[in-house]
Amino acid sequence: MPIRDKHEFKVSFLQVLDEDGRVDKQLEPDLSRDQLLELYRGMVLAREADQRMLRLQRQGRLGTFSPSTGQEAAACGPLLALGKADWLVPAFRELGALLMRGVPFNRVLRFWGGWEEGNVFPGVDRTLPIAVIVGSQIPHAAGLGYAVRHRGEKDTAVLTFFGDGATSEGDFHEGMNFAAVWKAPVVFICQNNQWAISTPLNKQTVSESIAQKGLAYGMPVLQVDGNDALAMYRAAKEALDRARAGDGPTFIEAITYRLMMHTTADDPSKYRAEGEVDQWERRDPLVRFRKYLGSKRLWNAQKEEQLRVEVKQYIDDQVKEYETPIDVKPDIIFDLVRGIAHELIEEQRAEFLHRLNDENEDADA
Amino acid sequence: MPKMTMVQAINLALHQEMSRDESVLVLGQDVGVNEGVFRVTAGLSEAFGESRVIDTPLAESGILGTSIGMALAGLRPVCEMQFSGFSYLMMGQFEGHATRFRTRTMGTYTCPLVVRMPYGGGVRALEHHSESREALYAHLPGAKVVIPSGPRNARALLVAAIRDPDAVVFMEPKRSYRAFREHVPEQEEVMPLGKAQIVQEGTDLTIVSWGAMMRMTLDAASLVASQRGASIEVIDLLSISPMDVSTIIGSVKKTGRCVIVQEAPRFVSISSEIVAQINDKALLYLEAPVKRVTGYDVVTPYFSRETPYFPSPRLIQRGIEQTLDF
Ligand SMILES: Cc1ncc(C[n+]2csc(CCOP(=O)(O)OP(=O)(O)O)c2C)c(N)n1
Ligand SMILES: [Mg+2]
Repeated sequence: MPIRDKHEFKVSFLQVLDEDGRVDKQLEPDLSRDQLLELYRGMVLAREADQRMLRLQRQGRLGTFSPSTGQEAAACGPLLALGKADWLVPAFRELGALLMRGVPFNRVLRFWGGWEEGNVFPGVDRTLPIAVIVGSQIPHAAGLGYAVRHRGEKDTAVLTFFGDGATSEGDFHEGMNFAAVWKAPVVFICQNNQWAISTPLNKQTVSESIAQKGLAYGMPVLQVDGNDALAMYRAAKEALDRARAGDGPTFIEAITYRLMMHTTADDPSKYRAEGEVDQWERRDPLVRFRKYLGSKRLWNAQKEEQLRVEVKQYIDDQVKEYETPIDVKPDIIFDLVRGIAHELIEEQRAEFLHRLNDENEDADA
Repeated sequence: MPKMTMVQAINLALHQEMSRDESVLVLGQDVGVNEGVFRVTAGLSEAFGESRVIDTPLAESGILGTSIGMALAGLRPVCEMQFSGFSYLMMGQFEGHATRFRTRTMGTYTCPLVVRMPYGGGVRALEHHSESREALYAHLPGAKVVIPSGPRNARALLVAAIRDPDAVVFMEPKRSYRAFREHVPEQEEVMPLGKAQIVQEGTDLTIVSWGAMMRMTLDAASLVASQRGASIEVIDLLSISPMDVSTIIGSVKKTGRCVIVQEAPRFVSISSEIVAQINDKALLYLEAPVKRVTGYDVVTPYFSRETPYFPSPRLIQRGIEQTLDF
């Protein structure tokens, strides 16, 4: 018996807007003016918010955070396709996704400012908090997918984000496999920003693409220009529609780039060349989208100016709210640990309150 | 040699052990080109090359699992968990294999490896970056768990851990990484695993502590000593497991009073075990109940709330006073 070919696989690449903002008419999604502007505003807001956070962090008004500048299209494009009934399961570098979801910026600030309140999103349902443990949210997405289908929620899907580094973790492989085996309505988006802290993609994997890892689990995959908001929208929309129709999960690899440091505690000059960053700055997703809007006569310098003013005003207001002291009792953590009273916890709460008093007296003395 | 931070001292141990023994290698996330997120592995990649200082893919279980394989084949991997909060992803490999190979193979194979991990709070870090979970590892038969408290003992203990024939969890109190400097001798210094150190002798009361709590404890002890003329003995546990029970018992028999200070939550913790050992071996020598100054049994709050949830010098001072006054 001769050896014969058994399976062949291929990975396709989607780009709708080229680097100069020229659109492929065949692939151009059918979006209204309002939708296009919503998407652009989301990206601008994410960029401006990111830059403000950087300043706040440098001034000691915010903790360490992970900037997302350069990755706005990958985070915002899919959000335009996400419905209220769908679930959003973020990692930690999707600021634009959270903001487009309607999470008030002050909540994001509270998260990075070291307050649990930053995980509470008033008026925004079905949105999980930022996941710090790399890849750990991926199985949650698979479980959510199973649950919405099990509960008979028609037309509902789950969207999860993670980085290229996350694809090395067991949780990625387990979550993807479960979702595929269960045919769960989940869209997995890997923001391949080329780096996991100092680890370049070629030390993370020697696969020719990250996308192909999804093929191994038996789900459709697509590699997308992650700095092309229209392509990200289109890919996510198709995948979400497929999921909602009961056709199972999809894996999207968004090719993008982290233009800034991993977190504000990181110094990228230790491990990567400036030239590489310059190259990607020329592929700025905001610039590209703006050119597209301009070519559709939807945008001009004046509108840009207005938008920036509006967005900055929003950010100012939100920063103010963030810096308004939170009036929550200091022993709240004891209430939350299990949500039930227990003698040992109550004993320790009493010690804690006594100690606070004692230390305050000390400080006053 | 000038005075060093704990980061520099650990780095010195790694440099010297890698120079001394070709089978020692370092692996972990961002340990090579980036020299570790805390710069603990500075200069190693340059000195020893990429084949001995390995930037791994982002997978804790993979890091420990491959370290076990390397160790079984005669290498001495020193692997790094970027933060102890991510080390649970390798717990299956650790409990399932690293702690068991010696017994499982009747001593034919052992796992001479070290798992380094920064642990503990007080540095205003994100969720999962502030916990003290030494009890999780200490609970495992077959595991060795070491926690240095300063630059000098960090260096000497890490050398011992690397040379040890079994798996050692080496937990580094990150809040002490750069908090103070100590003289660290250039020439080799090794401290035995399994031994505590009496860092200050006294006759009225024994304090047992470890890691980042040591400095606070010493400050509180000297305050009480000067205010009340009490003679306080302070024990730095250093080796969480195996524990140097006889040093603790000997001291408690002498002083009759004991305070244990730990950053970790109280329930089923190292302090619980110390109390139990004292109960078993020195109960009739006690003149006061053994006092525990610990973290609380709550999920570590985010950093804007965290400070009062850790022991403070004042809280330790109160614990000592209460025990003296009993
Ligand atoms: C399980 C786990 N290990 C290590 C870390 C520390 N860490 C935080 S982000 C990161 C790199 C993540 O890379 P990637 O998945 O590509 O996401 P990116 O940061 O590039 O967005 C690492 C190692 C962590 N948070 N969780
Ligand atoms: Mg990445």
